[in-house]
Amino acid sequence: MDLAKYAAENGLKRVGARPPFFAYIREAWGRRDFAWTLSSFTNKAANARNRLGRWWMVLTPAMQGLMYGLIFGVILGSKNRPEHFIEYLFCGVFLFSFMQGAFTTGATSVTGNAGLVKSLSFPRVLLPVSATIQQFINLVPQLGLLLFTVLVMGNPITVEWLLFIPAMILMVLFGAGSSMIAARLTVQFSDLNKIIPFAFRIIFYSSGIFYSLESILKHHQTIAAILKFNPFAAYINLVRGLLIPGREATPELWLICAAWGVLLPVVSVLLFWKVEERHGRED
Amino acid sequence: MAAKTKRVASNPVRKPVVVVENAHVIYKVFGTGRKVTGNLAKGGLFTKKIRVREVHAVKGVSFTIYEGESVGIIGSNGSGKSSLMRAVAGLTPLAEGAVYAFARPSLLGVGAVLLPALSGERNIILGGLAMGFSKKEIQEKADDITKFAGIEEFIDLPMRTYSSGMSARLRFAIAASRNHDILIIDEALAVGDQEFREKSEARMREMRDQAGTVFLVSHSMKSILDTCNRVIWIEKGVLKMDGDPKTVTNAYNDYIGSTTID
Repeated sequence: MDLAKYAAENGLKRVGARPPFFAYIREAWGRRDFAWTLSSFTNKAANARNRLGRWWMVLTPAMQGLMYGLIFGVILGSKNRPEHFIEYLFCGVFLFSFMQGAFTTGATSVTGNAGLVKSLSFPRVLLPVSATIQQFINLVPQLGLLLFTVLVMGNPITVEWLLFIPAMILMVLFGAGSSMIAARLTVQFSDLNKIIPFAFRIIFYSSGIFYSLESILKHHQTIAAILKFNPFAAYINLVRGLLIPGREATPELWLICAAWGVLLPVVSVLLFWKVEERHGRED
Repeated sequence: MAAKTKRVASNPVRKPVVVVENAHVIYKVFGTGRKVTGNLAKGGLFTKKIRVREVHAVKGVSFTIYEGESVGIIGSNGSGKSSLMRAVAGLTPLAEGAVYAFARPSLLGVGAVLLPALSGERNIILGGLAMGFSKKEIQEKADDITKFAGIEEFIDLPMRTYSSGMSARLRFAIAASRNHDILIIDEALAVGDQEFREKSEARMREMRDQAGTVFLVSHSMKSILDTCNRVIWIEKGVLKMDGDPKTVTNAYNDYIGSTTID
């Protein structure tokens, strides 16, 4: 008696088998409303208990920007301070906090939503995607603040500002990719969650958020050449190039940003789908 | 036991909906405290294998469920009922064997609060969207779901403030708003009150009649007898008996030395 054959003859499928890749993507796309709603609800709930509520979405990064500006721009010498320092700094802090947030919340998006994962079956990839959307919703008011600051500091609106939109699209795609890969990795190595904060500290200090990488690495051409491919610095410098006078969004920067923004999500969605059967299962 | 499986498998007329073949569930658990058996292997940082214990929760269970059956699963605490059902729903990997089904079974279990920080209403919408409803469909259904769960007064409060009975009722109401091809209810109704239990049992019978298959894990023999037309008894990870509800529950009651029903 072969039950497997018997089941196949009657059109039964093995439970828990992962669907083919394109069917998986189609199903995820069909439930995109879920990802969107989940992120907006989570965001609203996160600030609901605070008196200033959603104002913290702007206040926190603004305070962070000012704090770094005070420490590294004013207190600890101003020799390496780039021109248009406030715009330079805000751009770095805000965009970095989005990219860091996408990775960090992505890492816990599957494990942290155990209630959902255990009770409902849906393509799990929606969880890291929703984490990215949640971070982007957070970023929008900060972008408003950034553009406002750029204008207040007396910089002109140029045609280049239009390119701000494709730059943001590439960065969000990169964020989604890193969010998925973070979720994928924490399935296997839960220790990763302990390392992430340190890794991001290092990236933060080496990405030229509050100083100019070029001026510091003038005499270290090799290191500068390698660090050019750092996606965090690349996205930040791309946006700086578009908004701040005297800085340029070079074709090289566009190329690096486009490569990260297209390749990373493709690779990570494939990797994520490969372990779909393991997501949310308790071992 | 073997005779039973042979009988159901060779039945050519009825259409099978779930086939469980030689299912084994083994948990690897990082234990703490006093060891009970076995040696603790020592190793370095990367070969560390200490304190991993294997728990063999389900040991080779096979059965076939046919269209229109609603199946009660009984057995003492820790007998492997829930592990088996989680495996049937595809939430726990099988160490050996396989589960085949014509649709993905949905499991409604205890303890799984959807999103504790969100209000009941938002949980309804998210649950509905995750089950594949469109936003419009679930918004139309939201009122009915609230009414079914009987929590109209508290629907705007975060779910973390709900009592266990209230959140169990809401979870059942969300799951029951859609007709599932295969629905597994794992003691999720045990915390509900009498009135809700009757209401939900009526809904389960309705789902069963719409050609859906319902699994009910329960310690209440009354619920099992009221809703199921087949009962499977699992004991210590092994299928002990499978058949007509009256016969199996009577045998189970004899086994645990109790004659009371419910």
